[in-house]
Amino acid sequence: MPDAPGLELIAQELNGAAEGSVLGTYHEHGQGCLIVNPERILDVLSWLRDTPGQEYHFLSSLHGVDYLPAEPRFGVVYELLNMPRAERLRLRAALADPGASASEPDRPRTRSGGGERLPEIDSCVSLFAGAEFPEREVYDFFGIVFRGHPDMRRILMPEEYVGWPQRRDFPVGGEPVIFTRNEPEMPRWFE
Amino acid sequence: MHESAPAHGGDVLAETGEEVIGTSPIERTAAGETLGPEQELFTINFGPHHPATHGVLRLLVSLEGEVVRDLKPVVGYVHTGIEKSCEDKSYWKVIPFVERMDYLSYFFNMEAFVGCVERLLELEVPPRASYLRVLHMELNRIHSHLVWLGTSALDLGAMSMFFYCFRDRDRILDLFEMSTGQRMHTRYFQVGGVFEDIPLGFAHNLKAFLAEMPTRLDQYEAILNRNEIFLERTRNVGVVSRERLLDLGVTGPLLRAAGEPWDLRKVTPYESYADFDFNIPVGTVGDGYDRYRVRVQEMRESVRIVEQAIEGLPEGPWIADDRKVVLPPRDELSTSMEALIHHFKLVTEGFRVPPGEAYFPIESPRGELGCFTVADGSAKPVRVHIRDPSFVNLQSLRDQCIGGYIADLIQNLAMLDPILGGIDR
Repeated sequence: MPDAPGLELIAQELNGAAEGSVLGTYHEHGQGCLIVNPERILDVLSWLRDTPGQEYHFLSSLHGVDYLPAEPRFGVVYELLNMPRAERLRLRAALADPGASASEPDRPRTRSGGGERLPEIDSCVSLFAGAEFPEREVYDFFGIVFRGHPDMRRILMPEEYVGWPQRRDFPVGGEPVIFTRNEPEMPRWFE
Repeated sequence: MHESAPAHGGDVLAETGEEVIGTSPIERTAAGETLGPEQELFTINFGPHHPATHGVLRLLVSLEGEVVRDLKPVVGYVHTGIEKSCEDKSYWKVIPFVERMDYLSYFFNMEAFVGCVERLLELEVPPRASYLRVLHMELNRIHSHLVWLGTSALDLGAMSMFFYCFRDRDRILDLFEMSTGQRMHTRYFQVGGVFEDIPLGFAHNLKAFLAEMPTRLDQYEAILNRNEIFLERTRNVGVVSRERLLDLGVTGPLLRAAGEPWDLRKVTPYESYADFDFNIPVGTVGDGYDRYRVRVQEMRESVRIVEQAIEGLPEGPWIADDRKVVLPPRDELSTSMEALIHHFKLVTEGFRVPPGEAYFPIESPRGELGCFTVADGSAKPVRVHIRDPSFVNLQSLRDQCIGGYIADLIQNLAMLDPILGGIDR
């Protein structure tokens, strides 16, 4: 793991190489994290991968986080790994929710329907081929669209599912279960 | 280990002297060529309910005759929303949840989550607890590999291997039942240590098992290592280059079989792995046979680790003495008011974790199992994400199978060792 000064050094060099790419850093529990401008994520990832002295060639994990009510709301987290040095570095692309202004709070989330504006970020499959499934998973659960992904579909939820279940404002148990006995109680449940 | 190997990752038709016109049928049809009936692509659905998929995995396979030309895994059939449910549970109630993801390596799932919370709390685990964790995890590794060996050999036609492996697996489950009270999904690891000390007689039974296990492994290897059918089915099949595997994010025995000596137990020792003497088996070619040899050898190394752990088991407490996190001992409840208050607060509300986020990777039987937890200072996690090795490793199946026969697909899938509970979570 790069220590706190090492992390600042990486952030400085990154800001030199790609203007305005690093928005902040933090270092806790022995792990460093760069908060990255989502528009520059590919520049940052390729710089960290290809610059001599950095060489984070292995993307060990990619996941989404919903920091509601913090702003920007979403984070796409990249856990990078340099195998020869056994060093890990975390990147967090801070994504705002473009649908925040349009949505009325009491709208049922499970039936949100079309016309929804989703946050977007560039896909890193071209840099790390192993990011394909994890990016689909983030899309599936957080509704974060990865531009340039070869197969941007849901992966774990059914394809016709509506809603983004891992968002913090999506209720647990929000999906009514239909049996023959309670079907009359929920008329037109299939809509 | 191998005699001269044919070109890796190539097209099987090119090696048999069959007439191969141009490249794949997809490209030929795209170029406007009309293909004969046996050259046309035939897409079949494989699974989700199929004995060889090791769970509910569905594959869409495009075939040219017998040769796999394209493959697409479809997952999600046992998705149960565990990560979402974890956000609604206090930290100590998350432990049994995450255990049920990868149902063959439950101790590892527990360790990833518990270790991650301990990192967030900056909590030290007493040495005895750490040794007990290693002991149970390595027994779990043997257990997981035994299930893999039995089912994979069954896929390749070695029926009796299944019964032999499950016989030994059952002895491990008996040991788990003795020390934790449960055979599977034990909830034995707690934040701060383990739930209970090992009972009287456990060490005796464990040593009897450890003394027998190397002989058993010799017997299994005697059945399979030079078995002509097994060799024909596994050698030089499913080879993917080391660079490609690293690019795909593959870890664990698959990566080690391709010659990369990457094991988190050695590279960044967590718990007390630094105290133990063990080796990392690696393969040379990276085919199915190497994957098999690496896993069997790993079982031997695990036996060695468990032997050292039970011999060198330090005396002392088995759970940390932090009353804000750990339940007070039962006997104190009737005498100490503070203990009763702590007990009540912990059981009703759970402990609070200071805000922060941490990623805690460990080496599971299938590769890097990482837990990412975000805490906001309350008694419930904001986000628990498990980076499951099966989920990431499954992406390499396409590379392994394309250009090979459909029978080799079964072999590749078996040697990949996917656990669908872990993939779908």
